[in-house]
Amino acid sequence: MTAPFNSRAALRLALAAAAAATLAACASKPKPAPAAPPPPPPPPAETAPPPAPVGETVLPGSERDFVVNVGDRVYFDFDKYDIRTDAQPLLEAQAAWLKRYPAVAVRIEGNCDERGTREYNLALGARRANAVRDFLVARGVAGDRISTVSYGKEKPIDAGTGEEADAHNRNAHTAITGGAR
Amino acid sequence: MRIPLVRSIAAFLAALALVFASALAPPARAAIEVNVNRGDVQPLPIAIPAFGGGQVGADIVQVIGANLQRSGLFRPLDPATFVETGLNAAVQPSFPAWKQINAQALVNGQARIVDGRLVVDFRLWDVFSEQQLLGLQFTASPENWRRVAHKISDQVYERLTGEKGYFDTRVVFVAETGGRAQRTKRLAIMDQDGANPSYLTDGSTAVMTPRFSSNSQEITYMTLKADGSQIYLFNLETGRRESLGAFQGMVFAPRFSPDGTKVAFSVERAGNSDVYVMDLRSRRTSRLTADPAIDTSPSFSPDGSQVVFNSDRSGSPQLYVMGADGSNPHRISYAQGRYTTPVWSPTGEFIAFTKQTGGEFHIGVMRADGSDERVLTSSYMDEGPTWAPNGRVLMFSREPASGASKLWTVDVTGRSLQPVPYPGAASDPAWSPLLQ
Repeated sequence: MTAPFNSRAALRLALAAAAAATLAACASKPKPAPAAPPPPPPPPAETAPPPAPVGETVLPGSERDFVVNVGDRVYFDFDKYDIRTDAQPLLEAQAAWLKRYPAVAVRIEGNCDERGTREYNLALGARRANAVRDFLVARGVAGDRISTVSYGKEKPIDAGTGEEADAHNRNAHTAITGGAR
Repeated sequence: MRIPLVRSIAAFLAALALVFASALAPPARAAIEVNVNRGDVQPLPIAIPAFGGGQVGADIVQVIGANLQRSGLFRPLDPATFVETGLNAAVQPSFPAWKQINAQALVNGQARIVDGRLVVDFRLWDVFSEQQLLGLQFTASPENWRRVAHKISDQVYERLTGEKGYFDTRVVFVAETGGRAQRTKRLAIMDQDGANPSYLTDGSTAVMTPRFSSNSQEITYMTLKADGSQIYLFNLETGRRESLGAFQGMVFAPRFSPDGTKVAFSVERAGNSDVYVMDLRSRRTSRLTADPAIDTSPSFSPDGSQVVFNSDRSGSPQLYVMGADGSNPHRISYAQGRYTTPVWSPTGEFIAFTKQTGGEFHIGVMRADGSDERVLTSSYMDEGPTWAPNGRVLMFSREPASGASKLWTVDVTGRSLQPVPYPGAASDPAWSPLLQ
């Protein structure tokens, strides 16, 4: 193959020519004035075409489809495990999605804020995970597709402290464990 | 020789008895929200000059002084004030020299190596009555010098307070690394004063809530993974580790019975947690509570006849006592607040607990009937008390709103709150019985 070699040689020649031209220019110029204004900025590249777009679609039935288009987490009030009204549409959508993709298995992970003791929070997280499980089963998702675990206060998603972080950390996360496309 | 009574060790003992008694005395229900009465006993001034025998003699004395000081009952005097120097265990102290600096008790001693063994003689003196209270010798391998120091500390503590010491003990705990959201938890063990820490698990699986058997060097703890939790028994002497077995649902909050033959714990089924007990010989499990509430954190009374646990059957977590067979559960906590993690003291005198009120967490104690409640600590997050084997000191985890969880001790009167000198982040302490 000779083409790459030739083009590289051509490039080298061009660089050499440019260097010679620069040297010549320096040599022929008088000393630059000390207060020379900065060179003007390069003109905006008005003519650079944008890169060709790459099509991206979330595959229906994929884990990403579930996370992005349905939502994988609902939130709870302090020391509560009843499903809040604002969480119900999301869980309805989870149930519908799980019924559409019957091969998918999920694990509901109950989480708590840090304003409780470790063991009590393990029990409270189990209540939350089970409340979500019950909701999905009541909407027609087979119970044997849903496992539950409580992480108590051991796996906060928000490492901050204060009511806002606590509100984030009181949640039940629906994790897909198998069967997604 | 006239003994100035007001300064005698007998007077200290009398005052001490009052303090220990006053920890129980006032009618509790009325005073519940008040922090503990901090008592007025002055720590006993004690002089512990460096033992003869070079560096190890000085090191032993340093450990004894730190132990006694952390108990809150003693005030080791500054060696720079000592008038008499060069004491050793073979020499009678010059008492006027120690009276002059108001030392009430004096420990002197001598360390030496004999045939490769560390031999330590020590004597405890009542300075004002000029009497020897103790004279003992300990022999150990030289690398065990800290244990010798802890044993001497226990002897001094017991002779001067009339209560068993707790210094020759260890603490199993959870060593933490990483921030709140990426925490690694390893099971670890150290001396009660934070020395000699070592790790028992590698951190690949989260471990929590270790508890000691009260009569052996055995612990029980739980692990937590995505596929659920497990309870383990781990013999620290043999290294033998075994699971309690597979359960349907989560298992957590394990505790030994006082005789070590049973483990009480919580089992969660369909979101509901109840207290169960397993006989370790037959492996038979029986259920102690059957309530739709959260029932967890069981702890046996030292005679094994009762179990205290926490339940939210009233609507918020409170403390309940039932028979060890689950009979007659009755609520014992009635003050305002959320009560969790009850732990019966080894002497049976108190139940320690974690309490949540007004955005703060507290460690406190109450009688088994719920009377005489005392709140001992307050912070953003105090949790998980464990008793020293003499029932006089509690260790617990304290996690500030920003910063790492650390271990602290507080004595049962609430007068002496101190950080445990372990440098790393730590939680879930479990205090061992006295070493043999």
